[in-house]
Amino acid sequence: MTIKSPLQGSPAVGRPDRRAGFGPRRRSGRPGAGTLASFIAPGLVLFLLFVILPVLFAAYVAFFRWNGLGGVPTDFIGLENFRTMLADKVFLGDLWRLAIIVVLSLVIQLPLAFGLAMLLHQRFPGRTAFRLIFFVPYVLTEAVTAVLFGLVFSPRRGFADSLLASLGVEAQIGWLSDRDIVLFVIFGILVWKFFGFHMILFLAGRQNIPEELYEAAAIDGATGTQAFRSITLPLMGPTVRMIVFLSVIGSVQLFDLVFVLTGGGPFHASETLAITMYEQGFQRNQIGYASALSIAMFAVSLVFALFYQRLVLNRDLQGSLTTAGNRS
Amino acid sequence: MTTTFRRVRLLRNTGFYIAAFITLAFVATPILFALLGGFKDNQQLRENALGLPNPWNVANYTDVLASGDFWRQVVSSVFIALVTTFLVVACSAMVAFVFARYAFRGREGLFTLFAAGMMFPFAVAVLPLFIILRTFELLNSPLGVILPQAAFGLPLTIIILRTFFRSIPGEVEEAATIDGAGPWLFFVRILLPMSRPVLATVSVLALVGSWNSYLLPLVVLQKPTWWTLPIGVTQFSGQYAVETAKVLAFVMLAMLPALVFYAFAERHLISGLTSGGTKG
Repeated sequence: MTIKSPLQGSPAVGRPDRRAGFGPRRRSGRPGAGTLASFIAPGLVLFLLFVILPVLFAAYVAFFRWNGLGGVPTDFIGLENFRTMLADKVFLGDLWRLAIIVVLSLVIQLPLAFGLAMLLHQRFPGRTAFRLIFFVPYVLTEAVTAVLFGLVFSPRRGFADSLLASLGVEAQIGWLSDRDIVLFVIFGILVWKFFGFHMILFLAGRQNIPEELYEAAAIDGATGTQAFRSITLPLMGPTVRMIVFLSVIGSVQLFDLVFVLTGGGPFHASETLAITMYEQGFQRNQIGYASALSIAMFAVSLVFALFYQRLVLNRDLQGSLTTAGNRS
Repeated sequence: MTTTFRRVRLLRNTGFYIAAFITLAFVATPILFALLGGFKDNQQLRENALGLPNPWNVANYTDVLASGDFWRQVVSSVFIALVTTFLVVACSAMVAFVFARYAFRGREGLFTLFAAGMMFPFAVAVLPLFIILRTFELLNSPLGVILPQAAFGLPLTIIILRTFFRSIPGEVEEAATIDGAGPWLFFVRILLPMSRPVLATVSVLALVGSWNSYLLPLVVLQKPTWWTLPIGVTQFSGQYAVETAKVLAFVMLAMLPALVFYAFAERHLISGLTSGGTKG
């Protein structure tokens, strides 16, 4: 699209690519704009049609009242959909539930994954097998996992009830039907599904720390705890921050598992942003309002990403400065 | 001295094993429930939920395996995953090749556009996608799933491939150019074969993404003809809600391909997913 024809055959216009590491000699072989375009076109067309166009379309439709019929929306209502949204208890509840899931993940799931990664970093017989098995839930399809856990927590004396009964607890727990606990049950399933992925990422981060640092620390007489606090924790910083980021963004987009498991119920008690959007759009044909919800979802991830990036950058900068200070 | 050391080590290892086995039980219990539950009948499931099946009842598994629905869904899932993978890897490789090796006006802007695609959660686009696919009459067609999936797979694939293509020394291309190879010939005959490991990694990523995808097939494939496995499983569980054992057998069989694939492609899968994570 932006490939300009002057490039063709005129080495003076094309800047030599310094990064790729080839010098001016290769100018003779410089391909024309047509060749470059033929490489880019299929991917670009696909991307514009099925990623950019829908997102722009959603942003446009969000300002209309539209039931999705008749080509294009015509009933322009300005910010009305967004006003409705901010007064919508379900939407506000989605944000609240998102906050709960995020906090629980940060406080319970990620530390658990971190601990297991530290454990599996140690050498002991069988650790490869453990690592392989712990990753299995992540490999399974979310929707299929949801069906499985729907039966584990089935209201008709499911597996979970039988398990409790065998431990002598005869309680009637509405795992997925009690508004007060359904979100926590779902969180438990999320831990089951995703801790292995986070563990593998933590493990990769830990393996990137050179062992020489620990050897040097041991020679200087540092205890294991000291080495952990002044080598492992700070050097794991970037990994930790990246995993937190992935985990939050993943929570914003949560759909498959919850939709199949509870459909967002009971009484919206487990509903997520994506489920609200799906219901409004595909079940009630409120395409305009549903588009506003999609935009809100995008805005939540974007705001978080920008805010987080700034925070991460600042932190990493500070980290490098303090390390430099300590060393001098 | 050595005995104390050994004792400490033994103690340490015991701690490891306790933690590891607790986690193992946590991970394995639901899967074993599905596996063994599929061998029970409904009465056994109620009265003997925790024990081994007695007698072992293979009817649930054989019923699913004998049903045309299951195999049709397997074939749909495989077909959609393979075509998606081919499309996303081919398109991304071409784009990434140009981004990595040629300077031209607008390159950075174009790259930023693709990279920005990472920022769009798929759910944001699903509703307008539905309307667009309806306009193109791609609903109920596998292409309606394949094209958007491939499009959403482009950003990450391009980023990973571009990094790799950059690392191939310019001399390789110079030599090819001197031998008279144009960019296409170089790309197809030299660059792609040299990039086999990274191509395997991104292919595995695309394959797994497509295999697991649920929301898009859910809205696009309204008729059962092209239902993929995730849609098939959820529909089946709704249809046979009271026949828990049957559903467990179906769930187990639907998980099996992913488990087998994981067992064989574990290294590629993990390196792909972790690089996807770190570079995302």
